Amino acid sequence: MNQREKEEYLREYATLKAKGKPFFPYAVAKDSAMAVVVMAIIIAMSLVLGAELGSKANPTTTTYVPRPEWYFFFLFEVLRVVKPPSLVGLATIGVPTIGMILLFLLPFYDRGPERRPERRPVATITGIVVICAMAFLTYEGANAGSPTAIETTTPAAVKQAGGSTLAEYEAGKKVVAQSGCLACHKIGDNGNAGPGPNLTHIASRLPRQGIARTLVNPTAPMPSFKNLPPKKFTAIVNFLALSK
Amino acid sequence: MPKLPKLPAPPLPPPLREPPPRPGEANGEGGPIEDARQAGITVVDWVDERTSLSGAARWMMFRKVPKGTNWFYTLGSATMFAFLSQAVTGVFLAMYYRPDPAGGAYESIRYVTNDVFLGQFVRGMHKWGSSVMVILVFLHMGRTFFFGAYKYPRELNWVIGVVLLILTMTMSFTGYLLPFDQRAYWATIVGVNINGTGPLIGPYLSDFLRGGSEFGATTLSRFYAIHMLLVPGLLAALIGAHLYLVAKLGTTAPPWQKAETRPELRETEV
Repeated sequence: MNQREKEEYLREYATLKAKGKPFFPYAVAKDSAMAVVVMAIIIAMSLVLGAELGSKANPTTTTYVPRPEWYFFFLFEVLRVVKPPSLVGLATIGVPTIGMILLFLLPFYDRGPERRPERRPVATITGIVVICAMAFLTYEGANAGSPTAIETTTPAAVKQAGGSTLAEYEAGKKVVAQSGCLACHKIGDNGNAGPGPNLTHIASRLPRQGIARTLVNPTAPMPSFKNLPPKKFTAIVNFLALSK
Repeated sequence: MPKLPKLPAPPLPPPLREPPPRPGEANGEGGPIEDARQAGITVVDWVDERTSLSGAARWMMFRKVPKGTNWFYTLGSATMFAFLSQAVTGVFLAMYYRPDPAGGAYESIRYVTNDVFLGQFVRGMHKWGSSVMVILVFLHMGRTFFFGAYKYPRELNWVIGVVLLILTMTMSFTGYLLPFDQRAYWATIVGVNINGTGPLIGPYLSDFLRGGSEFGATTLSRFYAIHMLLVPGLLAALIGAHLYLVAKLGTTAPPWQKAETRPELRETEV
Protein backbone atom coordinates (compact mmCIF):
# COMPACT_ATOMS: atom_id res chain seq x y z
CA MET A 1 0.00 0.00 0.00
CA ASN A 2 1.50 3.29 -0.98
CA GLN A 3 0.72 6.69 0.50
CA ARG A 4 -2.04 7.42 -1.99
CA GLU A 5 -3.80 4.13 -1.28
CA LYS A 6 -3.50 4.68 2.44
CA GLU A 7 -5.08 8.10 2.22
CA GLU A 8 -7.78 6.79 -0.08
CA TYR A 9 -8.60 4.08 2.42
CA LEU A 10 -8.71 6.49 5.34
CA ARG A 11 -10.96 8.88 3.44
CA GLU A 12 -13.31 6.08 2.36
CA TYR A 13 -13.39 4.68 5.89
CA ALA A 14 -14.11 8.09 7.38
CA THR A 15 -17.20 8.49 5.15
CA LEU A 16 -18.42 4.99 6.00
CA LYS A 17 -17.90 5.59 9.68
CA ALA A 18 -19.63 8.94 9.63
CA LYS A 19 -22.70 7.26 8.12
CA GLY A 20 -22.67 4.47 10.69
CA LYS A 21 -24.60 4.05 13.88
CA PRO A 22 -23.22 4.62 17.39
CA PHE A 23 -21.62 1.64 19.13
CA PHE A 24 -24.00 2.07 22.04
CA PRO A 25 -26.71 0.79 21.86
CA TYR A 26 -26.67 -0.82 18.38
CA ALA A 27 -23.45 -2.86 18.44
CA VAL A 28 -23.75 -3.40 22.19
CA ALA A 29 -27.17 -5.01 21.69
CA LYS A 30 -25.75 -7.47 19.15
CA ASP A 31 -22.71 -8.19 21.32
CA SER A 32 -24.93 -8.81 24.35
CA ALA A 33 -27.13 -11.20 22.38
CA MET A 34 -23.99 -13.08 21.32
CA ALA A 35 -22.73 -13.10 24.94
CA VAL A 36 -26.00 -14.69 26.03
CA VAL A 37 -25.59 -17.36 23.35
CA VAL A 38 -21.99 -18.06 24.45
CA MET A 39 -23.05 -18.30 28.07
CA ALA A 40 -25.91 -20.65 27.17
CA ILE A 41 -23.54 -22.89 25.19
CA ILE A 42 -21.02 -23.05 28.03
CA ILE A 43 -23.71 -23.82 30.60
CA ALA A 44 -25.31 -26.44 28.36
CA MET A 45 -21.96 -28.12 27.75
CA SER A 46 -21.21 -28.10 31.45
CA LEU A 47 -24.59 -29.65 32.26
CA VAL A 48 -24.58 -32.23 29.47
CA LEU A 49 -20.93 -33.20 29.29
CA GLY A 50 -20.00 -32.62 32.92
CA ALA A 51 -16.47 -32.56 34.24
CA GLU A 52 -15.15 -36.07 34.60
CA LEU A 53 -12.11 -36.66 36.71
CA GLY A 54 -10.00 -39.65 35.78
CA SER A 55 -8.07 -41.79 38.19
CA LYS A 56 -5.25 -40.19 40.11
CA ALA A 57 -2.00 -39.50 38.27
CA ASN A 58 0.35 -42.42 38.65
CA PRO A 59 3.86 -41.95 37.26
CA THR A 60 4.63 -45.66 37.54
CA THR A 61 1.92 -46.88 35.16
CA THR A 62 3.15 -47.54 31.69
CA THR A 63 -0.09 -48.66 30.13
CA TYR A 64 -1.77 -45.27 29.95
CA VAL A 65 -2.25 -43.83 26.47
CA PRO A 66 -1.74 -40.08 26.63
CA ARG A 67 -4.22 -37.86 24.79
CA PRO A 68 -3.92 -34.08 24.64
CA GLU A 69 -6.84 -31.65 24.67
CA TRP A 70 -8.67 -31.81 21.35
CA TYR A 71 -7.31 -28.56 19.95
CA PHE A 72 -3.81 -29.97 20.07
CA PHE A 73 -4.88 -33.07 18.14
CA PHE A 74 -3.49 -31.71 14.88
CA LEU A 75 -0.01 -31.41 16.42
CA PHE A 76 -0.40 -34.82 17.99
CA GLU A 77 -1.36 -36.28 14.62
CA VAL A 78 1.69 -34.72 12.94
CA LEU A 79 3.82 -36.34 15.63
CA ARG A 80 2.11 -39.68 15.11
CA VAL A 81 2.48 -39.70 11.33
CA VAL A 82 6.08 -38.50 11.21
CA LYS A 83 8.21 -41.29 12.58
CA PRO A 84 11.82 -40.90 11.38
CA PRO A 85 13.55 -39.24 14.36
CA SER A 86 15.45 -36.77 12.21
CA LEU A 87 12.16 -35.29 10.99
CA VAL A 88 10.24 -35.32 14.28
CA GLY A 89 11.72 -32.04 15.51
CA LEU A 90 10.97 -30.37 12.21
CA ALA A 91 7.40 -31.64 12.10
CA THR A 92 6.35 -30.99 15.67
CA ILE A 93 8.00 -27.69 16.39
CA GLY A 94 9.41 -26.56 13.07
CA VAL A 95 6.10 -26.47 11.22
CA PRO A 96 4.15 -24.76 14.04
CA THR A 97 7.00 -22.28 14.60
CA ILE A 98 7.12 -21.35 10.93
CA GLY A 99 3.32 -21.14 10.90
CA MET A 100 3.36 -18.83 13.91
CA ILE A 101 6.01 -16.58 12.38
CA LEU A 102 4.03 -16.39 9.13
CA LEU A 103 0.90 -15.57 11.14
CA PHE A 104 2.69 -12.84 13.10
CA LEU A 105 4.12 -11.19 10.02
CA LEU A 106 0.96 -11.50 7.89
CA PRO A 107 0.20 -7.76 7.71
CA PHE A 108 3.83 -7.04 6.82
CA TYR A 109 4.08 -9.22 3.72
CA ASP A 110 0.46 -8.98 2.60
CA ARG A 111 0.41 -5.24 1.97
CA GLY A 112 -1.96 -4.97 -0.97
CA PRO A 113 -4.82 -2.49 -0.66
CA GLU A 114 -7.50 -4.99 -1.71
CA ARG A 115 -9.73 -6.30 1.08
CA ARG A 116 -12.47 -8.26 -0.66
CA PRO A 117 -11.85 -11.99 -0.20
CA GLU A 118 -12.80 -12.85 -3.80
CA ARG A 119 -10.23 -10.40 -5.13
CA ARG A 120 -7.42 -11.79 -2.97
CA PRO A 121 -7.41 -15.35 -4.34
CA VAL A 122 -3.99 -16.32 -2.95
CA ALA A 123 -4.80 -15.25 0.60
CA THR A 124 -8.31 -16.68 0.54
CA ILE A 125 -7.28 -20.03 -0.92
CA THR A 126 -4.33 -20.32 1.47
CA GLY A 127 -6.62 -19.59 4.39
CA ILE A 128 -9.15 -22.21 3.30
CA VAL A 129 -6.42 -24.81 2.68
CA VAL A 130 -4.87 -24.21 6.11
CA ILE A 131 -8.28 -24.50 7.80
CA CYS A 132 -9.05 -27.72 5.92
CA ALA A 133 -5.62 -29.17 6.74
CA MET A 134 -6.03 -28.41 10.44
CA ALA A 135 -9.57 -29.77 10.45
CA PHE A 136 -8.42 -32.95 8.70
CA LEU A 137 -5.48 -33.47 11.08
CA THR A 138 -7.72 -32.81 14.08
CA TYR A 139 -10.24 -35.34 12.77
CA GLU A 140 -7.52 -37.91 12.11
CA GLY A 141 -6.00 -37.26 15.52
CA ALA A 142 -9.37 -37.71 17.20
CA ASN A 143 -10.01 -41.01 15.42
CA ALA A 144 -6.47 -42.31 15.57
CA GLY A 145 -6.07 -45.72 17.04
CA SER A 146 -3.95 -46.01 20.10
CA PRO A 147 -0.67 -44.25 19.35
CA THR A 148 1.07 -47.29 20.78
CA ALA A 149 -0.12 -49.57 17.99
CA ILE A 150 2.81 -51.30 16.33
CA GLU A 151 3.24 -51.53 12.61
CA THR A 152 6.12 -53.80 11.68
CA THR A 153 6.99 -56.06 8.84
CA THR A 154 6.73 -59.61 10.06
CA PRO A 155 10.17 -61.29 10.00
CA ALA A 156 10.62 -63.67 7.04
CA ALA A 157 11.31 -66.63 9.31
CA VAL A 158 7.99 -66.15 11.10
CA LYS A 159 6.14 -65.82 7.81
CA GLN A 160 7.65 -69.04 6.54
CA ALA A 161 6.83 -70.92 9.70
CA GLY A 162 3.24 -69.67 9.41
CA GLY A 163 0.47 -71.33 11.40
CA SER A 164 0.75 -71.14 15.13
CA THR A 165 4.06 -69.23 15.09
CA LEU A 166 2.54 -66.41 13.05
CA ALA A 167 -0.50 -66.36 15.33
CA GLU A 168 1.76 -66.19 18.40
CA TYR A 169 3.70 -63.33 16.83
CA GLU A 170 0.56 -61.31 16.06
CA ALA A 171 -1.01 -61.94 19.48
CA GLY A 172 2.21 -60.92 21.21
CA LYS A 173 2.47 -57.78 19.16
CA LYS A 174 -0.94 -56.69 20.45
CA VAL A 175 -0.01 -57.28 24.08
CA VAL A 176 3.31 -55.46 23.67
CA ALA A 177 1.46 -52.51 22.14
CA GLN A 178 -0.98 -52.40 25.06
CA SER A 179 1.67 -52.72 27.73
CA GLY A 180 3.36 -49.41 27.06
CA CYS A 181 6.75 -50.87 26.08
CA LEU A 182 6.97 -48.24 23.36
CA ALA A 183 7.23 -45.46 25.93
CA CYS A 184 10.89 -46.40 26.39
CA HIS A 185 11.74 -48.84 23.59
CA LYS A 186 11.80 -48.69 19.86
CA ILE A 187 10.37 -51.50 17.75
CA GLY A 188 10.86 -50.89 14.06
CA ASP A 189 9.80 -47.31 13.45
CA ASN A 190 7.46 -47.32 16.46
CA GLY A 191 8.04 -45.99 19.94
CA ASN A 192 10.67 -43.85 21.57
CA ALA A 193 14.40 -44.35 21.17
CA GLY A 194 15.14 -44.22 24.86
CA PRO A 195 15.83 -44.80 27.64
CA GLY A 196 15.47 -48.53 26.89
CA PRO A 197 17.34 -50.39 24.14
CA ASN A 198 15.92 -50.95 20.67
CA LEU A 199 13.86 -54.14 20.63
CA THR A 200 13.53 -54.60 16.88
CA HIS A 201 16.09 -57.44 16.78
CA ILE A 202 16.19 -58.31 20.46
CA ALA A 203 15.97 -62.05 19.83
CA SER A 204 19.32 -62.07 18.08
CA ARG A 205 20.95 -60.63 21.23
CA LEU A 206 19.01 -62.35 24.01
CA PRO A 207 17.76 -65.93 24.20
CA ARG A 208 14.11 -66.60 25.05
CA GLN A 209 14.97 -67.35 28.68
CA GLY A 210 16.94 -64.13 28.99
CA ILE A 211 14.00 -62.09 27.70
CA ALA A 212 11.67 -63.68 30.24
CA ARG A 213 14.16 -63.10 33.04
CA THR A 214 14.57 -59.42 32.10
CA LEU A 215 10.82 -58.91 32.08
CA VAL A 216 10.50 -60.32 35.60
CA ASN A 217 13.58 -58.72 37.02
CA PRO A 218 14.48 -55.67 34.94
CA THR A 219 17.07 -52.99 35.49
CA ALA A 220 15.60 -49.68 36.75
CA PRO A 221 13.71 -47.65 35.63
CA MET A 222 11.86 -50.40 33.76
CA PRO A 223 8.90 -51.75 35.75
CA SER A 224 8.65 -55.47 36.42
CA PHE A 225 6.08 -57.40 34.42
CA LYS A 226 5.92 -60.38 36.79
CA ASN A 227 2.39 -59.42 37.86
CA LEU A 228 0.98 -59.73 34.37
CA PRO A 229 -1.43 -62.60 33.77
CA PRO A 230 0.71 -65.58 32.61
CA LYS A 231 -1.04 -65.66 29.24
CA LYS A 232 -0.09 -62.08 28.45
CA PHE A 233 3.40 -62.59 29.80
CA THR A 234 3.96 -65.57 27.51
CA ALA A 235 2.59 -63.59 24.59
CA ILE A 236 5.14 -60.81 25.18
CA VAL A 237 7.97 -63.29 25.47
CA ASN A 238 6.81 -65.07 22.29
CA PHE A 239 6.73 -61.85 20.33
CA LEU A 240 10.15 -60.65 21.49
CA ALA A 241 11.73 -64.07 21.02
CA LEU A 242 10.52 -64.03 17.41
CA SER A 243 11.82 -60.51 16.72
CA LYS A 244 15.09 -61.30 15.01
CA MET B 1 -50.52 27.01 77.99
CA PRO B 2 -53.14 27.13 75.28
CA LYS B 3 -51.91 26.97 71.73
CA LEU B 4 -51.98 30.28 69.96
CA PRO B 5 -53.07 30.40 66.35
CA LYS B 6 -50.12 30.86 63.94
CA LEU B 7 -49.82 34.03 62.02
CA PRO B 8 -49.80 33.56 58.27
CA ALA B 9 -46.35 33.79 56.69
CA PRO B 10 -45.49 37.23 55.41
CA PRO B 11 -45.69 37.53 51.65
CA LEU B 12 -42.26 36.99 50.03
CA PRO B 13 -41.02 39.18 47.21
CA PRO B 14 -41.11 37.22 43.91
CA PRO B 15 -37.32 36.62 43.51
CA LEU B 16 -37.23 34.81 46.87
CA ARG B 17 -40.22 32.57 46.19
CA GLU B 18 -39.63 28.95 45.15
CA PRO B 19 -40.27 28.54 41.44
CA PRO B 20 -43.44 26.68 40.56
CA PRO B 21 -42.89 23.06 39.37
CA ARG B 22 -41.97 22.88 35.69
CA PRO B 23 -44.24 20.94 33.42
CA GLY B 24 -43.46 17.22 33.51
CA GLU B 25 -41.81 17.45 36.91
CA ALA B 26 -43.46 15.83 39.90
CA ASN B 27 -45.34 18.34 41.98
CA GLY B 28 -43.91 19.35 45.29
CA GLU B 29 -41.25 17.04 46.76
CA GLY B 30 -39.34 14.76 44.32
CA GLY B 31 -40.13 11.58 46.16
CA PRO B 32 -37.68 8.71 46.77
CA ILE B 33 -37.15 7.91 43.06
CA GLU B 34 -36.18 11.44 42.25
CA ASP B 35 -33.90 11.53 45.31
CA ALA B 36 -32.20 8.30 44.23
CA ARG B 37 -31.65 9.64 40.75
CA GLN B 38 -30.20 12.84 42.12
CA ALA B 39 -27.92 10.86 44.42
CA GLY B 40 -26.69 8.79 41.48
CA ILE B 41 -26.00 11.85 39.41
CA THR B 42 -24.17 13.43 42.32
CA VAL B 43 -21.92 10.39 42.77
CA VAL B 44 -21.15 10.15 39.07
CA ASP B 45 -20.44 13.87 38.98
CA TRP B 46 -18.17 13.55 42.00
CA VAL B 47 -16.13 10.77 40.38
CA ASP B 48 -16.09 12.47 37.01
CA GLU B 49 -14.94 15.77 38.48
CA ARG B 50 -11.89 13.98 39.85
CA THR B 51 -11.14 11.54 37.00
CA SER B 52 -12.71 12.95 33.81
CA LEU B 53 -13.67 9.38 32.93
CA SER B 54 -16.93 10.36 31.28
CA GLY B 55 -15.03 11.61 28.24
CA ALA B 56 -13.35 8.24 27.82
CA ALA B 57 -16.62 6.40 28.31
CA ARG B 58 -18.35 8.60 25.76
CA TRP B 59 -15.44 8.10 23.35
CA MET B 60 -15.68 4.33 23.78
CA MET B 61 -19.46 3.90 23.76
CA PHE B 62 -20.67 6.54 21.33
CA ARG B 63 -18.08 6.07 18.60
CA LYS B 64 -19.69 5.26 15.31
CA VAL B 65 -19.60 1.79 13.81
CA PRO B 66 -19.66 1.72 9.98
CA LYS B 67 -22.75 0.63 8.15
CA GLY B 68 -23.00 -3.02 7.12
CA THR B 69 -21.39 -4.66 10.13
CA ASN B 70 -23.01 -8.05 10.72
CA TRP B 71 -23.01 -10.88 13.23
CA PHE B 72 -19.44 -11.85 12.35
CA TYR B 73 -18.40 -8.65 14.11
CA THR B 74 -19.62 -9.95 17.47
CA LEU B 75 -17.02 -12.77 17.59
CA GLY B 76 -14.37 -10.56 19.20
CA SER B 77 -16.57 -9.45 22.06
CA ALA B 78 -17.87 -13.02 22.41
CA THR B 79 -14.26 -14.17 22.89
CA MET B 80 -13.75 -11.54 25.55
CA PHE B 81 -16.94 -12.65 27.22
CA ALA B 82 -15.70 -16.25 27.24
CA PHE B 83 -12.48 -14.98 28.85
CA LEU B 84 -14.47 -13.19 31.55
CA SER B 85 -16.46 -16.36 32.20
CA GLN B 86 -13.19 -18.29 32.51
CA ALA B 87 -11.86 -15.67 34.92
CA VAL B 88 -14.93 -15.82 37.18
CA THR B 89 -15.21 -19.62 37.25
CA GLY B 90 -11.43 -19.84 37.66
CA VAL B 91 -11.54 -17.66 40.76
CA PHE B 92 -14.09 -20.00 42.33
CA LEU B 93 -12.01 -23.07 41.46
CA ALA B 94 -8.90 -21.39 42.90
CA MET B 95 -10.69 -21.06 46.24
CA TYR B 96 -10.54 -24.84 46.59
CA TYR B 97 -7.49 -25.84 44.58
CA ARG B 98 -4.22 -26.93 46.20
CA PRO B 99 -1.18 -27.24 43.88
CA ASP B 100 0.20 -30.26 45.68
CA PRO B 101 1.45 -33.07 43.44
CA ALA B 102 1.63 -35.54 46.33
CA GLY B 103 -2.14 -36.02 46.11
CA GLY B 104 -3.54 -32.72 47.37
CA ALA B 105 -4.20 -31.41 43.89
CA TYR B 106 -6.17 -34.45 42.81
CA GLU B 107 -8.01 -34.61 46.14
CA SER B 108 -8.99 -30.93 45.99
CA ILE B 109 -10.40 -31.33 42.49
CA ARG B 110 -12.18 -34.51 43.55
CA TYR B 111 -13.65 -32.57 46.46
CA VAL B 112 -14.80 -29.74 44.16
CA THR B 113 -16.32 -32.22 41.72
CA ASN B 114 -18.12 -34.44 44.20
CA ASP B 115 -18.81 -32.48 47.37
CA VAL B 116 -18.89 -28.72 46.80
CA PHE B 117 -22.29 -27.18 46.07
CA LEU B 118 -22.45 -26.66 42.27
CA GLY B 119 -18.76 -27.59 42.16
CA GLN B 120 -19.02 -29.94 39.22
CA PHE B 121 -21.10 -27.37 37.34
CA VAL B 122 -18.54 -24.60 37.80
CA ARG B 123 -15.65 -26.91 36.94
CA GLY B 124 -17.55 -28.04 33.85
CA MET B 125 -18.08 -24.42 32.83
CA HIS B 126 -14.36 -23.75 33.22
CA LYS B 127 -13.37 -26.90 31.35
CA TRP B 128 -15.75 -26.47 28.41
CA GLY B 129 -15.44 -22.70 28.46
CA SER B 130 -11.81 -23.14 27.44
CA SER B 131 -12.87 -25.08 24.34
CA VAL B 132 -15.48 -22.45 23.51
CA MET B 133 -12.90 -19.70 23.94
CA VAL B 134 -10.38 -21.42 21.66
CA ILE B 135 -13.05 -21.90 18.99
CA LEU B 136 -14.14 -18.27 19.26
CA VAL B 137 -10.54 -17.05 19.03
CA PHE B 138 -10.09 -19.01 15.81
CA LEU B 139 -13.42 -17.82 14.36
CA HIS B 140 -12.57 -14.22 15.22
CA MET B 141 -9.18 -14.63 13.56
CA GLY B 142 -10.81 -16.19 10.49
CA ARG B 143 -13.17 -13.22 10.17
CA THR B 144 -10.26 -10.79 10.45
CA PHE B 145 -8.26 -12.76 7.89
CA PHE B 146 -10.93 -13.19 5.24
CA PHE B 147 -12.19 -9.61 5.53
CA GLY B 148 -8.63 -8.26 5.19
CA ALA B 149 -9.13 -6.43 8.46
CA TYR B 150 -5.46 -6.84 9.43
CA LYS B 151 -4.35 -4.39 6.74
CA TYR B 152 -3.35 -0.75 7.15
CA PRO B 153 -3.88 0.84 9.65
CA ARG B 154 -4.63 -2.20 11.88
CA GLU B 155 -1.39 -4.21 11.53
CA LEU B 156 -0.41 -3.79 15.17
CA ASN B 157 -3.78 -5.00 16.34
CA TRP B 158 -3.30 -8.20 14.33
CA VAL B 159 0.07 -8.79 16.00
CA ILE B 160 -1.48 -8.30 19.45
CA GLY B 161 -4.24 -10.70 18.41
CA VAL B 162 -1.71 -13.43 17.49
CA VAL B 163 -0.06 -12.98 20.90
CA LEU B 164 -3.50 -13.36 22.49
CA LEU B 165 -4.01 -16.58 20.50
CA ILE B 166 -0.69 -18.00 21.74
CA LEU B 167 -1.50 -16.98 25.32
CA THR B 168 -4.90 -18.67 25.07
CA MET B 169 -3.23 -21.88 23.90
CA THR B 170 -0.73 -21.57 26.77
CA MET B 171 -3.63 -21.24 29.18
CA SER B 172 -5.25 -24.41 27.91
CA PHE B 173 -1.95 -26.31 27.94
CA THR B 174 -1.05 -25.33 31.51
CA GLY B 175 -4.60 -25.74 32.77
CA TYR B 176 -4.77 -29.29 31.46
CA LEU B 177 -2.28 -30.54 34.05
CA LEU B 178 -3.93 -29.01 37.11
CA PRO B 179 -6.55 -31.73 37.91
CA PHE B 180 -3.57 -34.07 38.10
CA ASP B 181 -5.39 -37.19 36.98
CA GLN B 182 -3.87 -39.79 34.67
CA ARG B 183 -5.01 -38.05 31.51
CA ALA B 184 -3.62 -34.69 32.64
CA TYR B 185 -0.34 -36.13 33.83
CA TRP B 186 0.52 -38.17 30.75
CA ALA B 187 -0.72 -35.61 28.25
CA THR B 188 1.48 -32.99 29.89
CA ILE B 189 4.51 -35.28 29.91
CA VAL B 190 4.04 -35.85 26.20
CA GLY B 191 3.38 -32.15 25.60
CA VAL B 192 6.51 -31.07 27.41
CA ASN B 193 8.52 -33.70 25.54
CA ILE B 194 7.15 -32.39 22.24
CA ASN B 195 8.36 -28.93 23.29
CA GLY B 196 11.74 -30.43 24.02
CA THR B 197 12.20 -31.63 20.45
CA GLY B 198 11.96 -28.07 19.19
CA PRO B 199 14.87 -26.27 17.57
CA LEU B 200 17.28 -24.15 19.65
CA ILE B 201 15.16 -23.13 22.63
CA GLY B 202 13.16 -26.38 22.74
CA PRO B 203 15.16 -28.16 25.47
CA TYR B 204 15.45 -24.98 27.56
CA LEU B 205 11.70 -24.37 27.28
CA SER B 206 11.04 -27.92 28.44
CA ASP B 207 13.41 -27.55 31.40
CA PHE B 208 11.75 -24.26 32.31
CA LEU B 209 8.26 -25.79 32.19
CA ARG B 210 9.27 -28.82 34.23
CA GLY B 211 11.34 -26.81 36.66
CA GLY B 212 14.28 -29.12 36.08
CA SER B 213 15.22 -31.98 33.84
CA GLU B 214 12.66 -34.30 35.41
CA PHE B 215 8.93 -33.97 35.84
CA GLY B 216 8.87 -33.34 39.57
CA ALA B 217 7.31 -31.60 42.53
CA THR B 218 7.95 -28.08 41.23
CA THR B 219 6.36 -28.76 37.85
CA LEU B 220 2.79 -28.54 39.12
CA SER B 221 3.31 -25.32 41.08
CA ARG B 222 5.08 -23.86 38.07
CA PHE B 223 2.15 -24.69 35.78
CA TYR B 224 -0.20 -23.35 38.45
CA ALA B 225 1.64 -20.02 38.67
CA ILE B 226 1.74 -19.67 34.89
CA HIS B 227 -1.94 -20.56 34.60
CA MET B 228 -3.12 -18.38 37.49
CA LEU B 229 -0.87 -15.33 37.55
CA LEU B 230 1.43 -14.87 34.59
CA VAL B 231 -0.77 -15.58 31.58
CA PRO B 232 -4.09 -14.16 32.87
CA GLY B 233 -2.36 -10.89 33.71
CA LEU B 234 -0.81 -10.69 30.26
CA LEU B 235 -4.12 -11.66 28.65
CA ALA B 236 -6.08 -8.99 30.49
CA ALA B 237 -3.50 -6.30 29.69
CA LEU B 238 -3.31 -7.24 26.02
CA ILE B 239 -7.10 -7.47 25.68
CA GLY B 240 -7.15 -3.88 26.98
CA ALA B 241 -4.60 -2.81 24.35
CA HIS B 242 -6.53 -4.72 21.65
CA LEU B 243 -9.78 -2.97 22.60
CA TYR B 244 -8.13 0.43 22.79
CA LEU B 245 -6.81 0.02 19.27
CA VAL B 246 -10.21 -1.16 17.99
CA ALA B 247 -11.85 1.94 19.44
CA LYS B 248 -9.05 4.21 18.25
CA LEU B 249 -8.90 2.91 14.68
CA GLY B 250 -12.58 2.08 14.38
CA THR B 251 -14.38 -1.16 13.58
CA THR B 252 -13.58 -2.24 10.04
CA ALA B 253 -16.26 -1.87 7.44
CA PRO B 254 -17.12 -5.04 5.51
CA PRO B 255 -14.79 -5.18 2.50
CA TRP B 256 -17.62 -4.95 -0.03
CA GLN B 257 -19.06 -1.83 1.56
CA LYS B 258 -18.29 1.19 -0.57
CA ALA B 259 -18.90 4.79 0.39
CA GLU B 260 -21.25 6.42 -2.10
CA THR B 261 -19.96 9.67 -3.41
CA ARG B 262 -22.41 12.49 -3.37
CA PRO B 263 -24.13 12.80 -6.76
CA GLU B 264 -22.90 16.33 -7.41
CA LEU B 265 -19.29 15.16 -6.98
CA ARG B 266 -19.65 12.24 -9.37
CA GLU B 267 -17.56 12.50 -12.50
CA THR B 268 -19.55 12.44 -15.68
CA GLU B 269 -18.39 12.18 -19.24
CA VAL B 270 -19.22 15.15 -21.36
